Amino acid sequence: MTGYLFRRIGGALLVLFGLTTILYALFYLAPSDPAVLTCGKGCTPERLADVRHAMGVDDPVHVQYAHFLEGLVAGRDYPSGPDVRHCPAPCLGYSFETDQPVTALLTDRLPVSVSLAIGAEALSLVVGIGAGMLSGLRRHRWLDRLVNGLVLTGYAVPVFLVGLLLLLLFCVVLQWLPFPAYVPFTTNPLLWAQNLLLPWVALATIQAAAYARLTRAGIQETLAEDHIRTARAYGLPERRIIWRRAFRGAMLPLVTLTALDVAAIMTSAVLTETMFGLPGIGQLLVGAVNQIDLPVVVGVTLLTGLLIVVANAVADLLYAAIDPRVQLR
Amino acid sequence: MTRAAVAFRDRGLVAGAAIATLMVVVAVSAPLLTAISGQDPTTFHDGLLDSARGGVPVGAFGGVSGEHWLGVEPGTGRDLFARIVYGARVSLGVAVGATVLQVLIGLLAGLAAGLGGRWADAALGRLIDLVLAVPSLVLAISLLAIVPADWPRPVLLAVVIAVLGWGGTARITRGETLSLRTRDYVAAARVSGAGWFRVARREILPGLTAPVLTYAALILPTNMIVEAGLSFLGVGVRPPTPSWGQMLSTATTWFRADPMYVVVPGGLLFLTLLAFVLVANGLRRVLDPRQSEFLR
Repeated sequence: MTGYLFRRIGGALLVLFGLTTILYALFYLAPSDPAVLTCGKGCTPERLADVRHAMGVDDPVHVQYAHFLEGLVAGRDYPSGPDVRHCPAPCLGYSFETDQPVTALLTDRLPVSVSLAIGAEALSLVVGIGAGMLSGLRRHRWLDRLVNGLVLTGYAVPVFLVGLLLLLLFCVVLQWLPFPAYVPFTTNPLLWAQNLLLPWVALATIQAAAYARLTRAGIQETLAEDHIRTARAYGLPERRIIWRRAFRGAMLPLVTLTALDVAAIMTSAVLTETMFGLPGIGQLLVGAVNQIDLPVVVGVTLLTGLLIVVANAVADLLYAAIDPRVQLR
Repeated sequence: MTRAAVAFRDRGLVAGAAIATLMVVVAVSAPLLTAISGQDPTTFHDGLLDSARGGVPVGAFGGVSGEHWLGVEPGTGRDLFARIVYGARVSLGVAVGATVLQVLIGLLAGLAAGLGGRWADAALGRLIDLVLAVPSLVLAISLLAIVPADWPRPVLLAVVIAVLGWGGTARITRGETLSLRTRDYVAAARVSGAGWFRVARREILPGLTAPVLTYAALILPTNMIVEAGLSFLGVGVRPPTPSWGQMLSTATTWFRADPMYVVVPGGLLFLTLLAFVLVANGLRRVLDPRQSEFLR
């Protein structure tokens, strides 16, 4: 187990290191010079040289990369004339566009993305498992059909289209809800939930479809197994068979998937955040891309990469923890 | 029953294939269709806009008329029908191009990993893991943002989507290859002196057709969603080239005043995606009966 953990963490670090290197190489090869953009209009060659030095982009690329890695561990300083901009560890770079360390920008935005992902995931699980159970037990044929139709629809609809239609319906036509504007949970939990409701529903429409399909397949598969037949032969009540046996069997793949999907939502919520104007890391990325603020772009990409890697590891460990048949080696 | 007979009995598959084919025909014959309607996708028609209401089209349903079959675009007055049919070219073209590239890269990598030695498998396996672990949407946005604006965007989009998304195909190919290579007929071919290249082409590849084809059918609509999303975010095709995702992005600022501008591209995008999902679903049932549980 310990050996597995070490290997797993080693593998994760390797993936992150690979991602960092690829990103750095790509952005170094990028044709747009970030210093020119920071320097702005009417930039003299001397001033440009100063800016380049302050940003640390006048060094050869391997030196820059070494500085970047060093900053991650120990933090670094960006001297700019008389003042020094300090970027504490873990330093992912310094955004000269906004004059803030990238890490600070990310930690500001993270609660929004976490709120979005957790709420959407919870809603998807409840709706998806519920619909999957109902359809898997085949009590009502029309319900089975309805769930099938919704599952197909969920696969075929982009999240921003759902978002657009939800806004049109609830904020314009019916006017039940105001246009979403993020309120932190700590300020007012009720307003927080009210404003995140539509984004949650938009994401859950798509996510719940996948869970419904999995739950249904799992239920039907488990119900066909020998131990269920044995339980029935022993005369166990059907309700007990369904909840204690079929349900448990069907939930196994979902537990691991949940870990992966929370990360997936956080990394792909760019569209939802843009659609609903939520100030999360996705929106930060889109803003940074438009301003060619490369340190922020690198920072967001690395953070999302880290999330996916961690989620993968958590999923594996969870799987081993809940399914005694799985052994980690 | 033969496979064709099974396929034709599948109502979802038949309906999906019909709609998908129609969309492909529309995309291919876009110049012909706009010649018939007498409009082009880039001419501004300021006279058809209500300047008092901020540029909303004059008339019912976004300015539908004999000349402008689906009305005009708010703000610019460009013909919506022409933009839709040319937009279909971008949306479908990028999705199909990306899927073909993805499958090619995935097949090559998967075959090399499955048939190569231990080291090739280990190295390619790590690479596949890396590709699967990459936050592809975020990376696609970043990549598209740093590429010079004058590169051909649709081609670029297809390449970026493919390069970030071949991991799934590669993993499936590798798994199937590893299982196929232990079959007796492969061993027989090896014993009779066939090289690995010949084995891959003559013995393994035919066995990969069904699983890879069903997977490709499944990622095609996903790629279409990704293209629409990237264009929605403004890093996809550049104006004045139309794409459905980009039209929906403009629609976010207009949807209160001109709902038609959401409904037309949004509805068509949904219909096309649904058609491809139905085809993928049906194909899987026909080609891969073991996994028929996918979506029923």
